[in-house]
Amino acid sequence: MNEVRTQPIPEATVASKVAVADGDIHPARQGPKDYHPWLSQRWQAHLDEYGSPARQGWQVGPAYPKSQPNASRRDAYPPEGGRPGSSLGFMQQQHLDTNNVALGILNPLGSGQGVQNPELSAALCHATNEWQLAEWTSKDSRLRASVVVPYEDAVASAAEIRRYAGNPAFVQVLMLSRTAEPLGSRKYWPIYEAAAEAGMPVGVHAFGYGGNPVTPGGWPSYYIEEMTGHSQCQQAALTSLIIEGVFERWPTLKMVMIEAGFAWAPSLAWRLDKHWKTLRSETPHLKRLPSAYMRERVWWTTQPMEEPEPRAHLLDTIEWLGWDRLIFATDYPHWDFDDPAHALPVRATEEQRRAFFLGNARNVYRGCGA
Amino acid sequence: MSRHVVATAHEIPEGGRKLVTVRGRPIAIFNLKGEYFGLLNRCPHQGGPMCEGLITGLREAPMPGDYVYSRAGEILRCPWHGWEFDIRTGQSYCDPERIRTRFYPVEVATGQTVVEGPYVAETIPVSVEEQYLVVEM
Amino acid sequence: MSLLPAGAIDCDIHPSVPSVEALMPYLEDHWREQVIIRGIDELNSISYPLNSPLTCRADWKAASGRPAASAEVVARQALDPFGTSIAIANCLYGIQLLFSEDMAAAFARAVNDWMVKEWLDKEPRLRASIVVPTQNVEMAVDEINRCAADKRFVQILLLVMGDTPLGRRHHWPIYAAAEKHGLAVGIHAGSAYHNPPTPVGWPSYYTEDYVGQAQAFQTQLTSMICEGVFTKFPHLKVVLLESGFTWLPAHLWRLTKYWRGLRMEIPWVDRAPGDIVRSNVRLSLQPVDGPPDLASLMKLFDHMQSDELLLFSTDYPHYQFDGTAAIPDGLPAELVRKIAIDNPRATYARLMETVG
Repeated sequence: MNEVRTQPIPEATVASKVAVADGDIHPARQGPKDYHPWLSQRWQAHLDEYGSPARQGWQVGPAYPKSQPNASRRDAYPPEGGRPGSSLGFMQQQHLDTNNVALGILNPLGSGQGVQNPELSAALCHATNEWQLAEWTSKDSRLRASVVVPYEDAVASAAEIRRYAGNPAFVQVLMLSRTAEPLGSRKYWPIYEAAAEAGMPVGVHAFGYGGNPVTPGGWPSYYIEEMTGHSQCQQAALTSLIIEGVFERWPTLKMVMIEAGFAWAPSLAWRLDKHWKTLRSETPHLKRLPSAYMRERVWWTTQPMEEPEPRAHLLDTIEWLGWDRLIFATDYPHWDFDDPAHALPVRATEEQRRAFFLGNARNVYRGCGA
Repeated sequence: MSRHVVATAHEIPEGGRKLVTVRGRPIAIFNLKGEYFGLLNRCPHQGGPMCEGLITGLREAPMPGDYVYSRAGEILRCPWHGWEFDIRTGQSYCDPERIRTRFYPVEVATGQTVVEGPYVAETIPVSVEEQYLVVEM
Repeated sequence: MSLLPAGAIDCDIHPSVPSVEALMPYLEDHWREQVIIRGIDELNSISYPLNSPLTCRADWKAASGRPAASAEVVARQALDPFGTSIAIANCLYGIQLLFSEDMAAAFARAVNDWMVKEWLDKEPRLRASIVVPTQNVEMAVDEINRCAADKRFVQILLLVMGDTPLGRRHHWPIYAAAEKHGLAVGIHAGSAYHNPPTPVGWPSYYTEDYVGQAQAFQTQLTSMICEGVFTKFPHLKVVLLESGFTWLPAHLWRLTKYWRGLRMEIPWVDRAPGDIVRSNVRLSLQPVDGPPDLASLMKLFDHMQSDELLLFSTDYPHYQFDGTAAIPDGLPAELVRKIAIDNPRATYARLMETVG
C-alpha cells in the first residue's frame, strides 16, 4: 500500500541557494560494528553480553517511543540501505550539496554519553570521536566534529577534550541537557575548564539520560510532552550554568544551546534578572546581571524554529535576543527538520540573514572563518 | 492550462500512488478505492515532499483514551513534520477551525487576527478518460 | 504609574500559619497528640525560606513572628493600600510535601477550618482556596466536597510540582469536583519536593529553584493540554498563580508546532493549544517577569493575543514590587481595568456569591 513509484523531480540548483552553516547534523552509525576499529575486545564482548544501558528502562529504543522510526524524516533513508544519517554520500546529495551547507557541525547522538557504566561510556565516546574523524570530517571538508565526552565523569571528559584540543577538525565539546545534575554543578566544572582552555564552545544538545523525570512534577505520558519539554530542560540547564557562576569563572567560555528552539530565552533572561536582583545576597560570586552573561556568551541553534502566527512576532523575539545570537541548524536527518529555504519567513535585512545563516556560526566555531 | 496524461487507468493499484512531474511541478496521483486524487508534492508547511509520506487513516478521539480509527488509507502524512492531509480534499488536520467539533465557551479575544497558516495542500483534479488518467494544469 | 481602579480583585495573597500551634484547635485528637509527641515541626517548605528577601518585603515584616499572620495585618498591609475589594488567600503551608496521606488530609482539614475561622469570618473582603491532600485524590475530593458548601471558597489549590504531572488521569476526580462546584483550579508556585525541582536535577541555589518555577508551569500547561483535561472538562478554569507570564507566547508557539505534527498521539486535542489557553487558562499578574521597557511589554501582550489572560495580584507578602506599584507603569487604563476587575470576575464564578 505504501509502495512509491518515483519519477525524478527537479531539484533547485546549488547556485541558487545562499551558503549556510548547519549547527546540528546527526551522523549515524550503520551498525554497532562501526565502532569496532576503536573499541577493545573487552568492550566489544561487554557490549554483546550486557549492552550499554543508560538511565532508562529499555534495552533498545528511547524511553518515549518516537513518532517516526529513528525520529527521522521518512525520505532520509539512504538508497543503499542503512539508517538515516549513516551515509555520507546520501547526506551530501540530499542535504549538504542541495542546501549549500558551507559549514556543518556534527553532533553524534547515541554515542555512549549517559551510559551507566562509566568506563564503557568513556570508551564509546572516544570511539565516536575517532569515527567522526575517519568517516566524516576527513572525507568532507565542510564538516566539523564535536568532542563527545562521558560527561558524568568530568575528569575523563577533560582528558578526552585535551586529546583533541589541537585538532582543527574538532570545534565543539558536546554535552546533553538532561544530565544527572544541572549542568552548572561543580561536578562538571573540569569539563568547562578544559573546553575554555581549548578555546572550544560547549554545545548543550537536547535529550540525555540523567535519570531525572522529564518535568519537575514527574514523568509525563506522551512523546509530545517529552519533545516540548526540551525547552524547559534547557532553560533549567542554562539557569544553573549562570547562577552557579560557570560564566563568571571562565570568562572566555561560550555555550551553544542546541535543538530546543530559542524563543524561550528572552523571558528567561528577564525572569533571571528580576529575581536575581532580589536574591543577589545568595550569589556573591556573580558580578553581573544574568542576562549579561546570556547576551555575551550564549548562542542558540535555531531549530526547531518557533512558528508564531502571525510570523512577524518572531521578529520581536529575535530583536530581544539579538540577531548575533542565532546559529542556523537543520537537525538533519530528524523529522522536525528546518529547511533553510523556508525556515526564516520574516522580513530580515541582508546583514541579518548573513549573520543568521552563516556569520554567527563562523564567529563561534574556531577556524571556520571565511 | 493544458491537459496531460499522467498514467494509464490501471497503472496505479488501489492504495497506491504515482509521482510525476507536469509542467515542472511535482505532483502525485493517489488511487483511493478506484477514485483518483491529485496533490501537489510540496507540503504547504515547509515545502517537503509530502506525497512521499506515510499513507494512514484518520485518528480521532471524542474523549481522551477513546481512539477512533477510520478512513484507512485516506490520510497522508508529510515525511518531514508529520502533518496530516486528507488525500481527497488536501485539508490538513491541524487547522484549528476545521476540527472544532464541540462547543467551547470561547470569547473572541481582542486583537486576535485571522489565523495565518498553510493548512491546505494544493489539490490537482484528476479525470479518468477511457484508459487514461488526465490532469489539467 | 498605572492607577489601580477602585475595587480591584487581588487573586493571590498569602496568609501565614503563625505556627503549628495555631492549627491545633482544628486538628482531631489523634493528630493533635501526634504533633506533640513526635515533635512535628513547622511544615515550612523550602520554596520560601523564612527570611529570604523574596519571602517577605521588608516593610511587611512583623516585629516578631511570621508576616501576614492575622486578618488585621493583612487588611492593613495588603487590602487597604490598594483599595482592594476582594482578595483570594492561598495558604502555602507545606501540607503537600508530606508523604503520609492521612496526615496530609488531617492538616488540610485543619488549615481550611482555620482559614474560615481566623480569616474569612474576620475579614469580609477575603476569599480562599481549598487546600487539598494531593497525596490521595479520593481524600482530596472529600475535602473539596466538605468545603465547597462555603461559597467563600472559590478555588482548589494545587502546587505546580507534585508527584506526577497534573494532567494525568488519576488527578481527574479533582477536576470533576471543581467543575461540579464551580470552583477554579489554582496551580501555585512551589513543590512537594518529591521530585527534583528542576527537570535536570536538584539545584544548588534558591535562586535557581525560584526562577525554575516558570519551567514547571510550562510543563504543567503542556500536561493539562496534551492529556485532554480541557476536552474532558470544557468548563474548567485553571489559574496559574505566581507563575510569571512572559514565557507564555513562546511556550505556546513551541507546543502548537509539535501538536501539528504529533496530533495523532493525542487526537482528543482538537483545538490549537493557544485557543485552549485563551478559553480555559488564566495567570496571576505578579511576579511580572517582564522586559525593562514598556514598548517591549506591550509587544509581549500582543504575542499573547488576548487581554483576558491576566488576573491582578500582589503576591503579598512576597517581594515583587515596591510601594503600591503592583501594576506595571504605563499600561492603558482599559487593560488595567480588565486585569484588575473584569478578568478575575469572569474567572471566579463564585466571587459574586457573597455570604451574609
